[in-house]
Parts: sequence; C-alpha cells; structure tokens
Amino acid sequence: MTVDTAAVTTTELVRRSIEGRRFSPANAIVGFALLFTLLSSVLILVTLLADTIAAALPVFASRGLGFVTSSLSPTAASAGIWQGIMGSLALTAFVIAVAFPLGVAAAVYLEEYASDNRVTRFINANIRNLAGVPSIVYGILGLFLFVEILMRGVFGAEGGIGGRNVIAGGLTLAVLVLPIMIITTSEALRAVPGALREASLAVGATRWETIRHQVLPVAIPAILTGTVLTIARAFGESAPLLLAGAQLSLFFSVSADASFVDLVTNQPYTALPIIVFNFARQPQAEFVSLTAAAIVVLLVMLLTVNAVAVLARDRYERRYR
Amino acid sequence: MAIVEQQRDSRIDLSGDVRRRRRESIVKALFFAAAAISILISVAIVLALIGKAWAFLTSIELNQLWGNGWFPRRGRFDLSALLVHTMMITGIAMLVAVPFGLGSAIYLSEYAKSGVRRVLKPTLEILAGIPSVVLGFFALQFLTPNVVRGIFPGAQSANFLAAGIAVGILTIPLVASVSEDAMRAVPGSLREASYGLGAKQWHTALRVVFPAAISGILAAVILGISRAVGETMVVALAAGLNGIMTFNPTEGGLTMTGAIANLAVGSDQVAGDVAAFQSLFFVGLVLFVLTLGLNVISGRMVRRYRQRY
Repeated sequence: MTVDTAAVTTTELVRRSIEGRRFSPANAIVGFALLFTLLSSVLILVTLLADTIAAALPVFASRGLGFVTSSLSPTAASAGIWQGIMGSLALTAFVIAVAFPLGVAAAVYLEEYASDNRVTRFINANIRNLAGVPSIVYGILGLFLFVEILMRGVFGAEGGIGGRNVIAGGLTLAVLVLPIMIITTSEALRAVPGALREASLAVGATRWETIRHQVLPVAIPAILTGTVLTIARAFGESAPLLLAGAQLSLFFSVSADASFVDLVTNQPYTALPIIVFNFARQPQAEFVSLTAAAIVVLLVMLLTVNAVAVLARDRYERRYR
Repeated sequence: MAIVEQQRDSRIDLSGDVRRRRRESIVKALFFAAAAISILISVAIVLALIGKAWAFLTSIELNQLWGNGWFPRRGRFDLSALLVHTMMITGIAMLVAVPFGLGSAIYLSEYAKSGVRRVLKPTLEILAGIPSVVLGFFALQFLTPNVVRGIFPGAQSANFLAAGIAVGILTIPLVASVSEDAMRAVPGSLREASYGLGAKQWHTALRVVFPAAISGILAAVILGISRAVGETMVVALAAGLNGIMTFNPTEGGLTMTGAIANLAVGSDQVAGDVAAFQSLFFVGLVLFVLTLGLNVISGRMVRRYRQRY
C-alpha cells in the first residue's frame, strides 16, 4: 500500500483497504453536504467582512485615519472613536493585571497542588459553571460589587460619574474572563509530561521549585496563547459594560489636564464595542457607515491579535508533538 | 582527604531547611487563595442578584409579573413575554446552529483530511472570536434587508428572524467544537468494526459514530441553547423594544437579556431603588438560574461519555 502512514490513522487505513477505491455516490453526497455546512461558516464570515468593509469604505475614503483619532460626537461628520480605543486599551490593561496572575495562580493550585478531594472538585465544578454564566450577568455583578459597593461604598465616589470608572469596568471584565483563564491555563499545565515533575522532585526540588523551573517554562507558550485569546474576548465584550458603567452617550469629555489617578477614578470612559453599539442604535443613516468603520477598526485589532495567537499555538503544538 | 571533605559538604540535607519550607507553604497558601476567589465570585453573583430581586418582588404585586406586556416604567413586568421572546430567538438560533454546527463537526471529525482540517478549523475559531455586537449590526444591516425581507417583505426592521439567525451564527462554533470533541472521543475500534461489516464511510459516520457520541452531541446542543439564551448584544440591537408578547418571527420583541440591556441603557434616569431598576436584577436572576441549569445538565452529559470511552 502506498499510503502516507504518518498522515492517516489506523481507522482510515482499515477503511481504505476494505472500501477500496470504488466510488460511492452516497458517500460523495453525504460528504459534500457536510462540507457545505462547514463552508457556510466561511461564507458567512466572508459576507460579514465584505459587507462591513464595503459599508465602511466611504468613511475611510473621506476622513482617513481622522475617524480613528477624533473624539465622539453626535454629529456624524465629525464623530470619531478615539475615546473608545483608549478606553478599551485601559480596560484591557486592568484585565491583564488582575485576571492573568489570578488565573495562572488558581490553575497552578488546581493542577499542581490540589489533591482530588471534595473541595477541589467543588472548586473545579464552580469554575466550569462560572464560565457559562451569561456576560450580562457579570455586568450586574460589576454594577453591584465594583460600582456600588467598592467605588461608592468603600471609596465614597459620589457625584460626577458616581464610581462608574474604568477600574470598575476593568475589574468586571477581569472577573468575566477569570474562569476561562483558569481553564485554558489548566489545560496548558496538564499537557506538561509528568516525567518532568517526577525527575525534578526526585533530585530534591520542592513543589514550587519544580513548578517555577520545570513546569512553567514548558507550559508558558500555551499559557500565553490562551491568555491572548482570552484577553481578545474581553476586548470585544460589551454587554457587561452597559451595566458596569461605560458612557453610553455620544458626547462626553474628559478634562484635558486630568492626572492619571483622576483619569482612572473620576473621569468617564467608554469602550470600542460600546461605541459600535451606540453608533448602531442611531436612527440617522450616516451612522451606518460610521458603525461599519468602527467595526472594521475593532475587527482589525482583534483579528490581528487572534491570528498571531492561533498561528503561534499551531507552531508550538507541532513542535511538542 | 580534602576531596572527601568537600563531597561531604555538598551533601548537606536541604529538605528540612526552614526558609525553604516556609516559602513552600506561603506559595501554596497564595495559590489556594487564588483558586478560592472563584467561589467568592459565585457567592457575589448570587448575592448581587438575590438582594435586589427580593426587594423587587416584595415591592410589587405578584400579578404584575404575568400578562399585560413588559413596560417597567409603567409598573408592568410581564415575565411571560420576555420568556416567550427568548424562546423564539433561541429556537431560531438552534435551527441555524444545530444543523450547521453538527454538520461541521461530523465533517471535521470523520471526513476531513488533516490538511483540510488545519485550514478550516481556524475559520470556525475566527468566527467564534467575532464580538457579538458586530453580529448585531450584521443582523440589522445585512440579514434584515437582504435575507429576511427577501422572504417576508413586510418584516419589521427589528425582528426575531434576523436576530435569531445572528445568534445562531454566533453559536455555530460552540456547538461544532463541543460535538466534534465528543465524536473524536469515540474509539476507532467502533469505526473499524463498522467498516469490517461492510458499512460505507457515510453510514459509519452517521449511524455508528453519531449515535455513539449522542450524549456529547446533546451536551453541545444544550450548551448552545444556554449560550443563545444569554446572548445580549445581538438581541439588544436587532430584536427590538416591543414589550408585548408576540409569536410572529417577522416582528421583534424584548427578550430577558434585551430587557436588562434596555434598562441599563436608560438607567441613568431610574437608578436607585425604583422597582423598574430593580426588575433588572430579578430578570438577571431568572436568566442566571436558567442558564446554570442548562450548563449543569450539559456538564453531566459530557462526563457520561467521558466515562464510557
């Protein structure tokens, strides 16, 4: 048999040798129908991108990058998305600062330290359930815990934006992605061969020394890829921010001379996907192309990051297999 | 002699070193704390929802919760309208996501050669990475004028069909990846036995592997339903603001998530302890309990097939 055995499974070999090379119409029809369902997704993706880009072109043609760098405005001709980009980047910074260390630490505990007892199983089940909670419910949590209790209650943020600051929004998104962060990191740690740990422990290293010097260095590419994909998800998330305090108006201003602390605690903020939502809600026809243009910027930022992460993962997957 | 001395020195037992052991226990405690935070988050979610949902329920008459439409500012909190609209969206979404998601999964698991797989699988992942607000815009600006009005010219600009199809598109990657995992977990020996009995590839895929993976596939569908029920941005943009119960898919209406988003968007005026604002927490609680129930059932089914194979 002249089959490339490296590329096919045993089952496939069995099938080929039994079915032979005879053409089966039923096989072809079913195979084609199944491929059609898969290619439909490709078609939808292409339609979505083409339609959005076509609708966005007039904006980029007439205003170029001025659209990206101008501020929000209720006037379509001068409205831009700069505050959204800044807000989204600030939110992302908070998500990384909170969710990455917490997520990795929790995953390390669950995979490397915890024995299989009731507490561990409860924590694991709990994390799986949290990952399935609708994002808008996290918005309610953010409104309650971070805006009302933390900002207004603990820090006494009254008046102005009333605690609806970028920290509360960032914490909300961080809590939203934390379970996904833990799950992807756990998978990365589980892929590290046990022999590595045993060898390290056998020469007298403690558990933490084993994790620090053997397990994490091997798992880190997969952990980082998972992190990037998770962060990208937070970047495109908007439902929780509707409740957790992003500005929903088409006009707000930030004092030009605000210090950094003032900026993150007392100044209003918004996010790029929230701007998309706001533009899309406007009844005026001019806002359709503006919405499309904002989406193009959002997707370019997201797809670049996603593509890099997916390609990097494929590369590493092949290397370790 | 000197060499022996040196060797003895390098063999100092470090396992009992106090500083090393202390560091070890501190690190372990920190990591445990990080894992335990997930439980605190769950508790906080439940507290956030229950407190104000209870305040809401005690401040209204219970008959305000049924019939008469969802108009929170007028004291009409018709939960049944929200539930019916949510089911409409979810039903339409599943009509899209189940055939396309399962078809893709069967193809990827049973038919695709590894090269094809490597090209097509990332497409589903990219689709999964598209923010839902983008699909909302797509439903409003593309699906409604080009698809829905192509079939039903009289459809409202915000309608269940377009929103439901968009939610379905969002759910395809989830249904596909979970059910593909289930089918790949079916042992090769089952397929080989099927070929050995003379079955063709399509017969093996649809009549042997598919039934063998059925609990995982059902888990995928239930997870898809849960995701569709909780989807917010598509519905907020493309399903409309109608609070009166309708079964007409060419009309629109508020779903549970749509009602929450709508209250949040206009909440600046009603913030505080007004019943209209608190109803947001009540709907959130119903949504949370519903999706949690679906997720738990789905998780049970996944564990069942993991145990069998």
